[in-house]
Parts: sequence; structure tokens; C-alpha cells
Amino acid sequence: MSRKLIELQNITKSFGRDVVLDDLNLYIRENEFITLLGPSGCGKTTTLRIIGGFESPDSGSVIFDGINITELAPNKRQLNTVFQKYALFSHMSVADNIAFGLKIKNKSNDYIQDKIKYALKLVNLDGYENRTPDSLSGGQQQRIAIARAIVNEPKVLLLDEPLGALDLKLRQDMQYELIRLKNELGITFIYVTHDQEEALTMSDTIVVMNQGYIQQIGTPEDIYNEPENAFVADFIGDSNIIASTMIEDRLVEILGARFECVDTGFGINKPVDAVIRPEDIDLVKPSEGTIQGVVSHIIFKGVHYEMEVMANGHEWLVHSTDMFPVGTKVGIHVDPFDIQIMHKPESEDEEAVGVEE
Amino acid sequence: MKNNRRLLATPYFFWAAAFIIIPLGMVFYYGLTDKSGALSFSNISAIASPENWKALMLSLLLSLISTLICLLLAYPLALILCNLHVNQSSFIVLIFILPMWMNFLLRTLAWQTLLEKTGVINSILKFLHLPVMDIINTPYAIILGMVYNFLPFMVLPLFNVLSKIDRNVVNAARDLGANSFQTFVKIIFPLSLPGVISGITMVFVPALTTFVISDLLGGSKILLIGNVIEQEFKQASNWHAGSGLSLVLMIFIIISMIITEKYDKDGGVIS
Repeated sequence: MSRKLIELQNITKSFGRDVVLDDLNLYIRENEFITLLGPSGCGKTTTLRIIGGFESPDSGSVIFDGINITELAPNKRQLNTVFQKYALFSHMSVADNIAFGLKIKNKSNDYIQDKIKYALKLVNLDGYENRTPDSLSGGQQQRIAIARAIVNEPKVLLLDEPLGALDLKLRQDMQYELIRLKNELGITFIYVTHDQEEALTMSDTIVVMNQGYIQQIGTPEDIYNEPENAFVADFIGDSNIIASTMIEDRLVEILGARFECVDTGFGINKPVDAVIRPEDIDLVKPSEGTIQGVVSHIIFKGVHYEMEVMANGHEWLVHSTDMFPVGTKVGIHVDPFDIQIMHKPESEDEEAVGVEE
Repeated sequence: MKNNRRLLATPYFFWAAAFIIIPLGMVFYYGLTDKSGALSFSNISAIASPENWKALMLSLLLSLISTLICLLLAYPLALILCNLHVNQSSFIVLIFILPMWMNFLLRTLAWQTLLEKTGVINSILKFLHLPVMDIINTPYAIILGMVYNFLPFMVLPLFNVLSKIDRNVVNAARDLGANSFQTFVKIIFPLSLPGVISGITMVFVPALTTFVISDLLGGSKILLIGNVIEQEFKQASNWHAGSGLSLVLMIFIIISMIITEKYDKDGGVIS
């Protein structure tokens, strides 16, 4: 693994009585595409603004490349930001927007012209030098904002929900563009979003946040397949979260039926939460299932059918490419490694408490 | 439907005709005729007389200085207001607008009392054994009166335009390496130009045409073009001369607006 480039140590920040970040610790590795993911108000944007220097934390420190930059002004930091809604300079041409940072640094005119050409090529907007930002579409403005940031050759690019204002198709195209850019530039991307699909598609590492606390840090696969608590399981994709009892290692009782699983170390007869993704549930003949139930709802979603199966007093959410009409008696089967066991939170507070790696 | 909507506009049409178009036509008529009713440019050329020309030049000078002082005072204030939280700033804006609720004449009269040789300010200065100020009946008093009366008209458009600048645009400039001064020169000021222009217009035009401020704070010694026109109408009862001078003044106002407008466009256009 590459070395740590940015470290956030014990960051606390509140606005008035509102504690937005509470003792947050996080490190970001070089050349990593890291995404801060969470619902609005979870502190992800504040974290980004603290890294960018637009907010200063009440306590704690920001370490960049081994140097404490907590009190450093934004213009002295070796990173650049792509803002929500682009924040282009509307009184300047596209070329002047891109050249802004370079002119401040007194680069030569030839160098600046080369850089503008290079950056516009990189974001697929060659020949747009003399356009005004107002004459561009949202997607084009976004690309200019990215070009304006990357010509300064920052070590880190901060992106604050940059695709939030774009429509779905454009957003998906831009996701690929960003991955390509990251690979071409070989720099660190810190990306903030509330869109879990965006996070899963682009990131090397996802940091799930809620109410100012980090809930889980991991690769997209870790976060999706092995959520550490109910919040993460619920926020990332659909899931069935069912209060269960851990009978012993590798055996869990869910709604009165015993399922084999692969989790160990939860003790004997301990209450836990079992998480089962809807696509991991196999609907089989009643006699072959661990639990028997009846299909109560079905919706066609395009790629799959979304069904609800009433079984042992619980509505199970099931995704399947096979269709079972409402009223069909079915059996529910889950492979052992598709069941994820989580500790039950003992209080609401604990649910929100930070998870150390 | 369309006709109905037009019908709704008729009261405004009559209003505009009665109070804008007809009076303007009358000013043109009186300005371009002599007492016998014959076409004449003597009322216009009267501006060339030494006293009138001096009054016009003094008016232009004092209005320019006042406008400049208003801009220099109002801009930092508007910036500070924008950086405050909304509730606080609306309170401070209110404090600035509050004097506007008082009668204009009353406010100017108050300054007369304050500035008089034996007035409030000088009494206090004398009491503190400081040198007294002798600015009543001088151009300085007129400038003071203009700045005091017209400052809110500069603050409000500036505040409006500055508060509409996206915080992130300012942050973006800082992010790209600009220090606070560079950010102001390259981003904040250019983006605020429309407010600067409308502020200048809203201060310069009334300052150029005022006669009350010069009357009360300048004594009878200092004549501005507004006073000359007023005297033509009220004391000399020469509507022809007064209208002629008004037309000249109008030309100067139009010129000043064209200049500011052009500057605004130059500032907004990409080089």
C-alpha cells in the first residue's frame, strides 16, 4: 500500500450547538480514490471543507505530507477543489477560468497556453477557450471546473458532490470520465457524495459517515458485502435486516429457523442482527427452503423482479430474475456466506459511534 | 386575453402621459423658445455665460467627489454586511436605511445646526479646547451633506450585488492560489460592477441636480447649477431660461449614464 498523504486527527467541529464532526480520525493514502459517503448533514462536506481550508476545526489537526496544515490558508495548500455547482468565474472566458491559478503563480504565457490546451483536451472540450461559462451546459461547466483545478497539478483533488446537478445519463458518463482522469493524472481524489451507486462505482475506498461519525471504512466490496452495522447495511443498497439470535459459531436462528452462516466469535445465544441482501435470497420449492412463505407483492424492475415474501411474520425483500406470481408458496434459501451477522447496537449512541479500523 | 391585459395598462399609460411625457414636452417647449414663443437657442447657450458655466462645473466637481466618497465608504461597509449572518446584517441595513425615513429637508437642516460657527459640533470642540471647524457655507459642507444624504443609495445596490456572489466562487479563487487581495481585485470587484454602476448613477444624478443641500449648507455664496435653475423658475420667473438650463443638465446626466454603462459592458466583456 502507498503511504499516507493526509491525516485527520481528532477533528471536532460544531456550528453553534450543532456538533457536525465529533473526534474524527481518518487517513488518506497517496493515489487513492476515496469517497466520503453519507446522508445530508452527516459531516462529509464539512470534512472536505476542513481539508480544503475553508473551515477550521474547533480542535484536532490536519496533517498533509507530514506537515500540520490545520491553520494554513486555502491558497497555500497543495490541493484544489471542484465545487458543488461548479463555481466558475462567470465574468471570464473558459480559457481565463482555467488560467486563473497559473496566472496567480506567474507562469509564463506559453506555459499557460499549453496547459489550457492540455486541460481542455483532457476533459474532451478542445476549442472551447473563448466560450463563456454561461453558454455551456451543466456537464460542460463541470468539466471546465475540473480542468481549472487540475492545471495547477495538485497532489489532491477534492470533489464536493460534483455530479449532483447533472442528469442520470450524464452522471454515469462523468463517473467513467473521473475514473479515467484519476488514472491518467495519478493523483489522490477525495470525493464527497450521498449517492451510494456513485461511491461504489468509482472508489478505491469508501468512508461511510453518519451524524458526524465514521461508520465504516473499506473497499466497495467490503462495504456492500460486509456492512458492520445496520446503518451501513441500510444506506448502501437494499437489505433485509432481521433481529436474530446467534446460537453458536456458524449457526444463527432467524425468525425461528436455523440458518448456517460463516460468522464466528459472537458467543452463544447472543442477540444479533442478520443482514441478507435481497439478491442473495434464493426462492425454491417450499420443501427445499429453510423457511416457507407466500409472495405478497411483485414489481418488475427491468433487470429483475422485486418481490416481497411473507414468511414467519417478516416481509422478506427478494430480487430475482425468476418470476413468482403473488400468492405462490415458496421456500427461502440463503447460502451461508450470504448471511452477514452484526452486533446489535445497545443504544442509539453506540450506533453512531465511530468505528476504528 | 391579450387585449384584456393591454386594457389593464391604460391607467399607467395615462399616468406616464400626464406626469412624465407632457411635463417633459413642456420643458422642451420652454427650453427651446423665447418669451415671444419663437424658436430660440438662447436659453441653451445661456449655459456658456461665466456664472452659469461656473455653477455647472462646480456641480459636476462636487457630485463627482461626493460619489467617489460614497463609493469608498459604502464598499467596505457592504462587504462587511455580506460577511455577517443574515439576521445581523438586516438589522445593520435597517440602521442605515432608518435616516431615509426622516424628511430629507429635516436631515439637511440638522446638519446646518450641527455645523454652524456656534453650532453643536463647534461648541463641543471649543469645550475640549480643540480647533473649531469652519466648514459651513463652504463646498466641504455641501459634499458632507451630499455624502450623508445619498450614502444609502450607494450601500444598497452594492450590498445587493455582493450578497448574490456565490461563496464558493470566492472560495474557488482562494483555492486556486489567490490571496484575499487578489481575490478581491480579480473576482469580487468585477462581479460587483453592476452594483457599483447603479450605485454611482443613484448618487451622482441626484447630487448633480440638488439645490436644497447647497442652499442650506452652502449659504447664498455657493451656487450650483440646481440653484441657478431654481432661481430662474422661482425668483426670475423665467421658465424659458430655467428649462433651457435643465435640458443642458439632462444632456450631462445622459452622458454620465452612457459612460458608466459603457464601462460596465467593458468590465463584463471578455478581453
